[in-house]
Order: sequence, then structure tokens, then C-alpha cells
Amino acid sequence: MAEKNGKGRAAPALPRWANTTLSTLGSVAVTMLGLLFVTFIIGRVMPIDPVLAVVGERASQETYDAAFEAMGLDKPLLVQFGYYLWDVLHGDFGNSLLTAHPVSEDIKRVFPATFELATLGTIFGIFFGVPLGVMAAVRRGSWIDQVARVVALVGYSMPIFWLGLMGLLVFYGILGWVGGPGRVSIFYEDMVPVVTGMILIDSALDGNWTVFKDAFSHLILPASLLGYYSLAYISRMTRSFMLEQLSAEYIITARVKGMSERAVIWRHCFRNIRVQLITVIALSYANLLEGSVLTEIIFSWPGIGSYITTALLSADMNAVLGGTVVVGLIFILLNIFCDLLYKVLDPRAR
Amino acid sequence: MNLLDVEDLWVRFPTSSGMFEAVRGVSFSLGRERLGIVGESGSGKSMTGRAILRLIRPPGQVDAERIDLEGTNLMQMSEKEMRDVRGSQISMVMQDPKFSLNPVMTVGDQIMEAYQLHNKTNRREAKARAIEMLEAVSIRDAERVLRAYPHEMSGGMGQRIMIAMMMIPNPKILIADEPTSALDVSVQGQVLRIMDKLVQDRGMGLIFISHDLNLVADFCDRVLIMYAGRIVEVCQADRLHEATHPYTRGLLNSLPRLDAPKDRLEALVRDPDWRHQPSVSGLK
Amino acid sequence: MTDTTPTPESQSLRDWLLTDTPTSRRHAKFASFYKGWLRLRSNHMAMFGFAILIGLLFVAAFAPWLAPHDPYYQELSNRLLPIWSEGHVFGTDSLGRDILSRLIYGSRITLYIVTLVAMIAPVAGLLVGTIAGYAGGWTDVILMRITDIFLAFPKLVLALAFVAALGAGIENAVLAISLTAWPPYARLARAETLTIRSSDFISAIKLQGAGPIRIITRHIWPLCISSLIIRVTLDMAGIILTAAGLGFLGLGAQPPSPEWGAMISEGRRFILDHWWVATVPGLAIFTVSLAFNLLGDGLRDVLDPKDEKS
Repeated sequence: MAEKNGKGRAAPALPRWANTTLSTLGSVAVTMLGLLFVTFIIGRVMPIDPVLAVVGERASQETYDAAFEAMGLDKPLLVQFGYYLWDVLHGDFGNSLLTAHPVSEDIKRVFPATFELATLGTIFGIFFGVPLGVMAAVRRGSWIDQVARVVALVGYSMPIFWLGLMGLLVFYGILGWVGGPGRVSIFYEDMVPVVTGMILIDSALDGNWTVFKDAFSHLILPASLLGYYSLAYISRMTRSFMLEQLSAEYIITARVKGMSERAVIWRHCFRNIRVQLITVIALSYANLLEGSVLTEIIFSWPGIGSYITTALLSADMNAVLGGTVVVGLIFILLNIFCDLLYKVLDPRAR
Repeated sequence: MNLLDVEDLWVRFPTSSGMFEAVRGVSFSLGRERLGIVGESGSGKSMTGRAILRLIRPPGQVDAERIDLEGTNLMQMSEKEMRDVRGSQISMVMQDPKFSLNPVMTVGDQIMEAYQLHNKTNRREAKARAIEMLEAVSIRDAERVLRAYPHEMSGGMGQRIMIAMMMIPNPKILIADEPTSALDVSVQGQVLRIMDKLVQDRGMGLIFISHDLNLVADFCDRVLIMYAGRIVEVCQADRLHEATHPYTRGLLNSLPRLDAPKDRLEALVRDPDWRHQPSVSGLK
Repeated sequence: MTDTTPTPESQSLRDWLLTDTPTSRRHAKFASFYKGWLRLRSNHMAMFGFAILIGLLFVAAFAPWLAPHDPYYQELSNRLLPIWSEGHVFGTDSLGRDILSRLIYGSRITLYIVTLVAMIAPVAGLLVGTIAGYAGGWTDVILMRITDIFLAFPKLVLALAFVAALGAGIENAVLAISLTAWPPYARLARAETLTIRSSDFISAIKLQGAGPIRIITRHIWPLCISSLIIRVTLDMAGIILTAAGLGFLGLGAQPPSPEWGAMISEGRRFILDHWWVATVPGLAIFTVSLAFNLLGDGLRDVLDPKDEKS
């Protein structure tokens, strides 16, 4: 095939998939570079003197100057950016002022907590959001459509930290159905060996079901809270994708064939929205990672959101920027993942 | 017995400004023949076709004295019984295969699905039938086409696939709703011939819906002319030039004719009275 | 399709607005605006949201007359009075300040933030988008790359980092939110510009000798505005929530300012014993962003007939 559509081009013709992969990778690289540049600039316009942070307030002028030079702050901005890039590429975000550990280690430690929360939330959102969106589209204008509409509107309008507080108030404070803030109750802390960092999995691996139960009772409220936001978004998008497909002509074709309405919806219509839906789910997952910033504060959840905010309030800039870069990277990776999946699943994009 | 008898068919849609009546009391019957329904857009011709299959979705409403398929009234059937009629008894080919085929399913899956919905068979048998059917619509290399996706097919090819898919359960009636309007002029004739041959060979009834009076006159045995949801005239295709209704005459005169060239074509002047005249019966 | 011939002598304002045959460009504009308004008015939910927002404007404008107390006045003997207390309908906070009065004054801060962001972000996006779309070539590539980079950031986290760098405060919060909010507008404006740029009337104007600046400001911008307005209205709720989130984290409005998010943060400590302190401002945020969402949905239905009910 390649020889026919070459039309006398001199360059060696790459297969199409290699071409698209290369261009995807190229644009990803540029985006990542930009992301790092923005965080770098933010770090530089900080009113906090990074040298003072290292040497302390009482250091002599010589110590200060030495540190100033050692940190490369006398070099031009672009060179400094080069250093920064080099460090980040080696996984070095500097040391956190608060914990005195390298930021990369801190993030490795706190990330599983966020991952566990956001993943459970997304599963919740898919499990309830997709069927709700499909039903709302199929029975457009019926009571279930109204319910879906209200659910989504409330989700779009309610401050997540406030809903979290209300949840704590009602389900923990008044009803006592769930565990309070934190990942486990105090007396269970550090009882299971850390393998994955996700406490549900770790306690299950350890066979310690008491801790598992306790952890679950702590996790369920913040996870369903995040799940609710994910549900609101996923159901709304599912509904609008389904509506678009339901008015397509191939749906009439399927009905003409004598297919039952259920088969029309799931075999024909739903198959057409799969790809878009996966993109939406990935997006909502990314949003949950972000939404977890506020949720984690409310629930004293030791994840990356808490980490960034605590660092922020104590002007621990290395930690803030490191956290920002990591979350940004996850965003970008999720986007690539969607692009690739799109190419695999949609015959028109192959 | 006629294949299909439709009596006093109404299709209505509620809108914000009152009830819109797309089809207003139409009656006609269909034997083992090719029946053309001609009208401009909005005349209710497509709605008539869909109403026969009971595919008008709420809030749209269909009312009819009767829609008899070989004597059984479709209007009294449950939705489940109706599903057995669709595809296996009455089928429909629509305008543009680009939209009427599911873009993310292979051609083979879609054709086999149509067969398996009405015949309890295994995949192998269904596949053999699908290949047979594709060959019947003059598609060579049927094996490859089965594995292809609709977007890889040309328009003419897509429409032949559509015809194959609609014919595979062996229906008695085929409704063809503007089946060639979206195709290249060069393949229109071929698609029509294939469809015609299949319909004749199987002794089916064909309802051919089109806005193209010339095409219908050439292709069909009998023609209904619809205007504003009503049938204004019924005539034999070969006697179309004897049509008396001013609307039909207007349609005929607004077409250029090689045998009688004119300097200016007539613009069609519509008389508001036509809307209120009673529907002409196309019953036999 | 029946032709109605208007009788000029009996023409009221309503008829003038509903005419099928406008007499001037301004007339046509008014007429289409009025028809849109009529359709919006028949959407009860949207009108409900609209009414809430009018109410919010009213409350913010007449705050000094509506508030029963000074929002900053601390009365330590009246700390944490429960809801429906005498003289304090929504109770008092931990410093004995009247919660209702603080809510009323807080509406000014919310409006202030929303208005500023709504003025900065879409305008910045419009500039970037139209320039990228109109200029094309490398300008387009570079500007859109930058837009993509900002889109790649998680919004709240980027805003947090910005506020951390710039320092906490309302103005910086506004700036940070705007910095995270402009990219979608730039994309929208670019898409619109691309379609407008290739249309015939732009070629005609070019033939008459109009320069790029004139074309962009006089012909492209006005056409981009309506889609931007819908988008802004729909984004308002998100802006309010982000602003409240920043306030909650102590990075937005600083105490003692009665910002709603900061009020929740203050009440958080007493949530189990004195629930109303955090609950009431949360309800206020919810109401206002719900109102924006309802209105935005309604506007989209009116201006984007694709999704119309069939």
C-alpha cells in the first residue's frame, strides 16, 4: 500500500501507526516541557528566597553566597531551567522543607492513598452513572430523566468540601455508620505491612480482616462522595452521547430488522458511545485526583492533595511544585491512554 | 388477497404550536407489485412508510382503521408480535448507507444479525447465507466485505449491502425510502436493477418512496401522489401523462423533457385548496 | 407557511419585535433577542435560576440596608448562638458575629470574584483564540500549544500553585482562577474564527481593503461573543466553586472578610456540635452556583437549537 500513496515523496515512508505514534509522542513531550516550564516559573516568582530556606535565616553572607552559587541561581534563567529539567528527569524534585525527605519519596508514600480513593470513586461513578445516563436518554423526559438531571445539577453546583463536611456530620457524627477522618482508626495504624500502600489491598494481603473492615468504613464516605461527583459527570455525558446516537439512522435500521429495544440500545447504540465514554471516564478520573485535594483535607486523608496543601500553607515550594508536576503528568498520561484506546477501539480511526 | 391494506392512516406529532398532522387519512393497498409514492419533502411519504412498520416513536401517534398484512391487522399487535413482523415480513431500505449502517460493527455482523434474529441457526449457517445474499446483490469478494466496516465501502456498495441485509430474512414487503437519492448518478441504475430483480424473483411487494416522478414512473407499476399528508391522485405508471390533478400536472410540467423542449419550465403554483380536498383512495 | 400581512397602524411593540420582516439590522437584532427571551422565559428552571441571580444582585447592592448587624462586629458573649436565635436568624459564629449579615456581605465578594474572572478569562481567551485562528501558521501552532499546556494542568492544583507563588488574597485568587480558566475560551474562539475566516463575507470585506485588525475586532469578535457568553454562564458555577475552595483552604479572601468558603472553613472546627456555622454558607454557595447552572442550561437550549426537544 505504501508504494501507491507515496506520490514520489523522497523521505522513507514510515508505516502510518509509527507516524501517528511519533507525532503523539512529540506533542506529549512538548506539553510536558511546557508543564515543567510553568512550574519552574512559578517557583521563580515566589516571594520566598529559596537560598534562605536552605541555609537558614542566620547564615553569614559567605555561606549565603556559596549556597546561592551552588544552587545555580547566578546563571541565566534558561540555564537554571536546564538544571531543573535535568533534576526532574532523574526524579529529583529536591527536598521537602516540612518532612526533610526527598519530595519524590514523599509522593511515592502518599500517592497510593489518593489512588485508592479516586479509583474507588470512579468505579462507583461508572457503576451508577453509566446506567443512569443510558436510562435517562432512552426514557427522555420521564421521571428517571428528571432524577438524573437533578442528580447532575446538584453535583455540578455543590462545593465538594462542604458536601464532605455534611457527610461527616450526618453519617459519622449523628448516625455513626462510618468511620471518621483518617484512613484507619488510630489503634489500627501501622498494623499491616505496607506492600502496595493501598490499605484495603494491604490488609487483605495480610489477612487482617479487622483492619480491612475498619479501613473500609473510613474509605466508604470519601469514596462515595468523590463517586457522586464522578457519577454526576459520567451520567450527564452518557446521556448526551446516547441521545446523539439514538437519533441516528442505523438505530432505525436495527429496529427495522425486528430487534428488541433492549438489544437496539445495548448492542447497537451503546457500542457506538464506548470510545467517547472511556474518554469521559478518564477525564473524570483525572478530575477526581484533583477533587481529592479538598476531600482529603476534610477527611484528613494522607494523600497527595493533603500533601500539596500542607506544603502550600508552609511555603514548602519544592513539595508544591513536585506534587503539581506529578498530578500534571498523570493528566497527560491519561490523555495519551485515551488517544491510544480510541485508535484501537474505533474502526474509523484505525 | 392483497399483501397490504392500509385504511385511513393518520400520523400526528404534538408540537408547541398544536398538533402537526404529517399523514392525514391515507388509504391504499399493495399487491405483488411495485407501488410508487411520490411527493415533495414534508408531504408525509416517508412517515407513511414508517407508520406501516409502526416505527413512529412517541410522542408521535399513529392511528388507522386498519393496516392489514395479508389480513392480520398490525395495529392490534403487541410490540413483541410486531418485532416478528419487522424484518421477516416487512423490511425497509433507507436513503443513505453512510448513516443507516452501524459504523462500529462489521458488515458481516450486521447482516448475520438480521438473519439470526428470525432464524434459529448457528453462526456458520448465518455466514453462508450472508455470503450468498451478498453475491445476490452482485458483490464480489463477499468474504472480505463481511469483515469490512461500513466506512470502507462506497455509497453504491453500502446500499447493496443494505439491500442484502434487509432481504436476508426473506420478507414479503420491502419499503424503499429514497434508496438512490444519496448515491452517485452512475450507480443509481445498478442499485435499482438489483433491487428490482430480487423483488420480482421473490414475488415481493415493493413500496418505492421518492420525490422523483420520472424515476417512479419508469420503475413502478402504480403511483400514489401525495401532497400535504394526503393522496391527491392514484394512477397507473404508464398512464401518468393522463393524470388530471393540477399538482401532478404541475410536477410533470416542471420537469424538462427531451421530446418536447421548452424555453421556460413552469414553476409549480400551489393552490391552498388542495390541502383541504379529501384523500383519494389507493385501495384495490 | 401562511403569509400574514402586518397592518402598520395597529402595530404594538410586541408585534414590532415579533415581525418576520425586520426593517433594519438593529430591528432584526432586537427581534431575535426578544424571541430568544420568550423561549428562555418558557423554561421555568432557567427563569428560577435567573430570579435567584437577580436576588443575589439585589442583596449585594443593598447589603448595608439588608444586614441586621455589622458583619465584623464581634460579641464574644454571644458566641455560637444556634440557628433561629433571637436577633440572629442563622445564629452566630465562633466570634459572635451574625452569620446572616456575613452571608449578605459575602455575596458582594462572590459577585466581585465572578465578575472579575468573567471579564478577564474570556477576554484573554478571545484574544489568543482569534489571533491564533486568524493568523494561522506558526503563530497558531505556538499559541495553541501554550493553550494545551495550560489545559494539561489540573485546574485547582495549578490555581493553588499560582496563589502560593503570588500570595494569598482575593485579587490573586481571581488572577489564579483566570489563569486556569482562559484556555477553553481560546479553543472555542479559535474554532469560531476558523469557520468565520473562510466565509465569503470576510473575503468581500478583505476586497474592500479592510486590514486584519479591523476584521478581527469588527467582524470576528462580535460573532464569537454569543457562544462565549453561554460558555461563561455555564462556567460561572465552576468559578464560584473554585473560589470557595481557595477561600476554604485559606488562600482566597483573608479573615475577617466574610467570604463564604472561608466561613465554611471557620465552621469546620465546630461541625459536630455547631453544625449551622458551616452549613449555612455552604447552602449559599450551592444556591448561587445552582442558579448559574440552571440559567446556563436554559441559555444553551435557547441559543443552541441542536439539542432542542423533538
